[in-house]
Amino acid sequence: MEPRLKPVSDNAVLVSFADEQSQQAHDQVLALDRALSQTPPHGMVEAVPALVNVLVVFDPLATEHEAIQAALSDLLVDLEPKATKGKTHIIEVCYDPSFGPDLDAVAQATNLTRDGVIKTHLTGEYTALMYGFSPGYAYLGGVAKPIQIPRKSAPVRGVPAGSVIIAGQQCLITTLTMPTGWSILGRSPTKILTGNAARPFLFDVGDTIRFTQIDRETFDIRQGGDPE
Amino acid sequence: MTDAVLAVQYAGPLVSIQDEGRAGHMRFGVPQSGPMDRLSFRAAHAALGQDHTGSAIEVSLGGIILKCIKGAVTLAIAGGDFSVAHAGATSSNWTVLTIETGQTLSVRAGGSGSWAYIAFAGALQSRMWLGSAATHTLSGFGGGVIQAGDSLRITHPVAHEDRLGQIERPIGDDGPIRVVMGPQDHHFDDAAISALMSSAFNVSDAYDRMGMQLTGPKIPPKGALSIPSEPVCRGSIQVNGDGIATVLLADHQTTGGYPKIATVVSVDQDRLAQMRAGDPISFAAITPQDALALRRKATLQQARYLEAIAIPKGSLEQRLMRENLVGGIIADAPDD
Repeated sequence: MEPRLKPVSDNAVLVSFADEQSQQAHDQVLALDRALSQTPPHGMVEAVPALVNVLVVFDPLATEHEAIQAALSDLLVDLEPKATKGKTHIIEVCYDPSFGPDLDAVAQATNLTRDGVIKTHLTGEYTALMYGFSPGYAYLGGVAKPIQIPRKSAPVRGVPAGSVIIAGQQCLITTLTMPTGWSILGRSPTKILTGNAARPFLFDVGDTIRFTQIDRETFDIRQGGDPE
Repeated sequence: MTDAVLAVQYAGPLVSIQDEGRAGHMRFGVPQSGPMDRLSFRAAHAALGQDHTGSAIEVSLGGIILKCIKGAVTLAIAGGDFSVAHAGATSSNWTVLTIETGQTLSVRAGGSGSWAYIAFAGALQSRMWLGSAATHTLSGFGGGVIQAGDSLRITHPVAHEDRLGQIERPIGDDGPIRVVMGPQDHHFDDAAISALMSSAFNVSDAYDRMGMQLTGPKIPPKGALSIPSEPVCRGSIQVNGDGIATVLLADHQTTGGYPKIATVVSVDQDRLAQMRAGDPISFAAITPQDALALRRKATLQQARYLEAIAIPKGSLEQRLMRENLVGGIIADAPDD
């Protein structure tokens, strides 16, 4: 479909590329997001990329919907999806049973062994599709078909930060201790909230993520040799 | 001057440190946060003659009790209609006072309003995150939620004798809360849209800094509930599968899979946030262009208001003289 531009309240425009999630739509999201960061329209405050659309927030004292929509229309003409790729990150995951309480349940639901679940999770190449829910919650698309399982019917409370969780096609590394209905496969020592003021979030939307397995001893060393 | 230190003797839920917030991080899942009622926050700072870049305490309906255990500092309390007890006297808020060592200040919910702000003539020390002290309540990042037992330090405190007394309140809008339709109004049929526009809703008690759930007629979306997660903003009215509407506020999630039938315009977000559970609420749709024009007009009016309340009232002696003069003029006015 043609990109759809819709004014939002007094300070934003939503650009939608599709009604259903697809690789093609997300490529267009990434391309527009990149174009906006290279040539931000006058008065733009921020752009928020998601699965099929980009929200462009502007300062209503500096510009208006029509001017932002005109600038967006210009950018959309020359959009080049897939022109560049994001960074690739290798993220360590420890699948120790104490960190992955749902490995057995996922194995049972998918007719795989516990190792089969881990191997399948490790084979995926993931893309940071968008952030949402809470600071640093990056939705990573690319969970391989055999381990795509729905959410649990009820969320589990107190799931620790750093948990590597899956639901459907998506995987997520949590940044806070929170309830979740997703299946918990393991834990990563890598901090998505980096604590680095110059680059506070590890992934940009569009980046590629691969997982690599570490054992409990390595996890503890990464955590500062301070086992729980 | 030596720092002022306030011991928190009591704090209700959702009392937190806020500043203007952190814009520009929504792409990483971080909303702006900041005050639920931005004009009142600014008024508290303005009444002390300072700009509104600093932080303040956001007081919820739960209230707060502070005891000054060191130093002294002038502070301003604005927002809603709260009740203030200090140095043996009780008054309404929208006031500037100085708290001294040994004195207690209590700010409690009054006749109306959900949020009040305590700003200090000095720098309220707090943790920062991404360059802002605004508390994101879900994560606790930023200055943080204030709890009994905490102690608050104000550096470079000033005692402003020439600013004590009442703060003139801003003139508020009434009437329906204005919204711009969409961005996902195409997921609703005419009946649902006309129900939103013509029905009386009420604020439910499911109300916190993330959002305000409403009670009232159901406005169910048309079938398609599996829409991809889309960016949301402050003011978005999202509707779940049961047709229940929630207005997203300062600590909103940045993306969500529920359709957003309409968005509350920014000029009406402060008064919406001051509503309480049970308060009636109705909506009226305006165009994005009208919403933007309203915002520009309100920004000018608010700037004038903030300038007016920033003018010092003068020393006690000057104020007494002025009051006497005014009293004299009134007393001497000829009868007609």
